[in-house]
Amino acid sequence: MDFLAVWLGKLVLVALRLVGRRGNALPGLVVEKLFPGYLRRAMSRLSEGVVVVTGTNGKTTTTKMVATILTQKYRVLTNDTGSNFVRGAITTAIEHSSWTGRLPYDVAVFELDEAWAVRFADQVPPRRALLLNVMRDQLDRFGEIDTTARLLGRVAAATTRDVVLNRDDPRVSALAVQCTATVSYFGVAPELRAAFPNDDELYGGPLFAGTAPAIAELRGLPRTGQPLTRLRVGDLDATVELRASGPHNAQNAAGAAALGLVAGLRAGEVVAGLREVQPAFGRGQSFDVQGRRLDLHLVKNPAGFRQSLKILEQLRPRSIVIAINDDYADGRDVSWLWDVDFSLLSGLAAMVETSGTRAADMALRLKYDDLLVQRVEPDLEKAVRSAVESVGADPAAGPDVVVFSTYTAMWALHAILLRIGRPS
Amino acid sequence: MLTLIHLYPREMNIYGDTGNIRVLARRLAWRGIEACVEPVTVGGPMPTAADIVLGGGGQDAAQGEIGADFVARASTLRAMADDGVVFLAICGSYQLLGHEFVTQEGVRIPGVGVLDVTTHGSPTRLIGNNHVDTADAGRLVGYENHSGLTTLGSGVRPLGRTESGRGNNGSDRTEGAVRDNVFGTYLHGPVLAKSPRFADELLRRALARHGHSQELEPLDDSLAEQAAAVAVGRPR
Repeated sequence: MDFLAVWLGKLVLVALRLVGRRGNALPGLVVEKLFPGYLRRAMSRLSEGVVVVTGTNGKTTTTKMVATILTQKYRVLTNDTGSNFVRGAITTAIEHSSWTGRLPYDVAVFELDEAWAVRFADQVPPRRALLLNVMRDQLDRFGEIDTTARLLGRVAAATTRDVVLNRDDPRVSALAVQCTATVSYFGVAPELRAAFPNDDELYGGPLFAGTAPAIAELRGLPRTGQPLTRLRVGDLDATVELRASGPHNAQNAAGAAALGLVAGLRAGEVVAGLREVQPAFGRGQSFDVQGRRLDLHLVKNPAGFRQSLKILEQLRPRSIVIAINDDYADGRDVSWLWDVDFSLLSGLAAMVETSGTRAADMALRLKYDDLLVQRVEPDLEKAVRSAVESVGADPAAGPDVVVFSTYTAMWALHAILLRIGRPS
Repeated sequence: MLTLIHLYPREMNIYGDTGNIRVLARRLAWRGIEACVEPVTVGGPMPTAADIVLGGGGQDAAQGEIGADFVARASTLRAMADDGVVFLAICGSYQLLGHEFVTQEGVRIPGVGVLDVTTHGSPTRLIGNNHVDTADAGRLVGYENHSGLTTLGSGVRPLGRTESGRGNNGSDRTEGAVRDNVFGTYLHGPVLAKSPRFADELLRRALARHGHSQELEPLDDSLAEQAAAVAVGRPR
C-alpha cells in the first residue's frame, strides 16, 4: 500500500514543481491525511532508525552537521530545507523514495521544531534525539519557555536508544530523569561557559554549571586571525575550521559530534564529518551582489540574535541590514527585539538600515540604544540594493554587507539575492 | 533626578518589558534629566526615594518565586501608592498588584492589594497585537499574552478600552486599571516604546510630585508613531 502513498505524494510534488512552487509541505500533508501510517512504516525500515534534532536555536545548522557526520558511515536521509514540520519529513521521505516505495537509506535525520517534534515522536519513536537548548522564542505560539521544556521532555521520553542533552542548559539537562534511553551529554568547557548566557543568566541569574561529563566538548573558539575551533570528541582532541560561523554553531558542533559518537562513529570519523559541513540555508550563506560580498544570517529570538551579533566583531562589515518580519512563522510579537543589546553596533562604524514589515519597530529599538539608523525601508529588495550601493567593493576584507533577517524575510531575501546576485 | 525602581529584574523580564525602563531613562536623558535605576531583588532592600516603580511579566514559575517576597512588601507598596508614587505594572506584576490570583484549580495566591482587581486563571491564553484608547495618554500600542482574566473593582477605573484585542478578561472590552498614579496593564511591546505619550505622562506625573509642573520638552517621536501605525495595521 505504501507505494500508493509514494506515488500520490510524488505526483503532488511533480505538479507543484510544474507550477513553480517549492512544495515542502503539501505532498506530506496529502499523504499524512490519506495514509496516516506511512511515515512510521517507512521509517521503521531504516536500519539505524530516525535521529531527531530539536531545541530553540541552531536546529537547521546542527541537523546539517549531524547529517554530514553520519554520512561518513551511513546513507543519510535528511530534511535540509528548514521545513521542520511532520509533513516536511513526510515530503522528504516521499521525494527520496523510489517509485516502488523503497527508501535506500540507513538513517533519517530530521530537524523538527519543539511542538512538531512531539507530534512526530508520537507517530515515530526516534531511535536517537539531540536536544540543543530552550530559549525564548515565539512565545506567542508556545506560551511559555517552561512549556517548551516540557515539549522537549516528551521527545526525550519517547526516544528509544540514545538521548544527547546539552549539559549547560539547565532546562535541557534536567530532562535526563525522563529518559528511558541512554543519556549522553555535550557541553562547552567551563572557562567558555560565560560566552553562552541563557535568558535567565542575561538578567542576572546565577551562571548554571552542569557537572555531567560530556562525551563531546567545545574547548576553544575561533578568534580574529585564528579561525580554528577546538573540540574534544570522545578521547580525541581536534581542531576544525567550521564553515558555519559564530560561537553558537561551535557549541552545537559539540552536540552534533556527541550524536555521531552514540550513533557508532569513531571520533576520527566524526571530526572528518564536521570538517565537511557547509553553511545551511540562510545561516551565514554568502552572496556576490554587484561585486560586493553579502552574508545572510537568520535571527529568530533574543539569544540567537545576541549570538549572531557577536559575529560582527570578527567580520567588521561596512553596512548592516536588519530585516524584521512579523508573519506567523516569524512570530507576531516583536517585543523580543528589546531583549537584545545592540550597543555593540555603535563601535563598528557601519551603516545601518532596517527593513521588513517591522522596519520602523527595529529602527525604534535601535534609537533607544542611541544608534542612528540611516534608512528605514520596509521593502526588502530596495533595502538590500541601497546597502550594496552604499559600500564600495573590498575583496581583501570580509563581507561588505551583513544582513540579519527573520524567517520569512530570509526566504524572500534569498530569492531576491539569487535574482540580483549569485551565491559565492 | 528621578529614581526608577525595577521590580525583580531577574524573575520578571519576559517579552521585553525591561524595555519600558530603557524608554523612560532615555527620554529623561534626552531632556537632560538624570535617572537612576534601582533593582529590587527577592530579599533585597527597597529604596525609599522611589519616583517610578516598574514591574514586568514573568513565567508562571517566576511569579511563584517572587510572590511571597512581593506580598511581604505589601504595606510599603500601598503606602508608596497612597503617596503618589508612579507605578507601571505589566501582566504578572499587574496581577500581583491586585487582591489575589485564583488559579484554575482554585488555589488563591494573595497579591498586595494596591489595585482593586482580582484575577482568575483560565485555560486559554489571550494572545495578539492590541491597541487601546485611553483618556490619560491617547492610543497605547502593544501586544497581549496572558491567561489570567482580570476583573476590576470600584476602587479602580479601566486604563482604556480595546476594540482590537481581548483586554483584561476578554469580555468587557476594558484593558488595564488605574488608581491615582498606579497603572496596571497587560500590554507588552514594551508598551512605552510605541506609546510615547504614555511614557511622558508617567514622567510628567513623577516630576509633578517634585513640584516641577512645566511641560516636558517635546521629542521627535516620528519613528514611534510610524511603528505604532504599522503595528495597528498588522493581523492579530
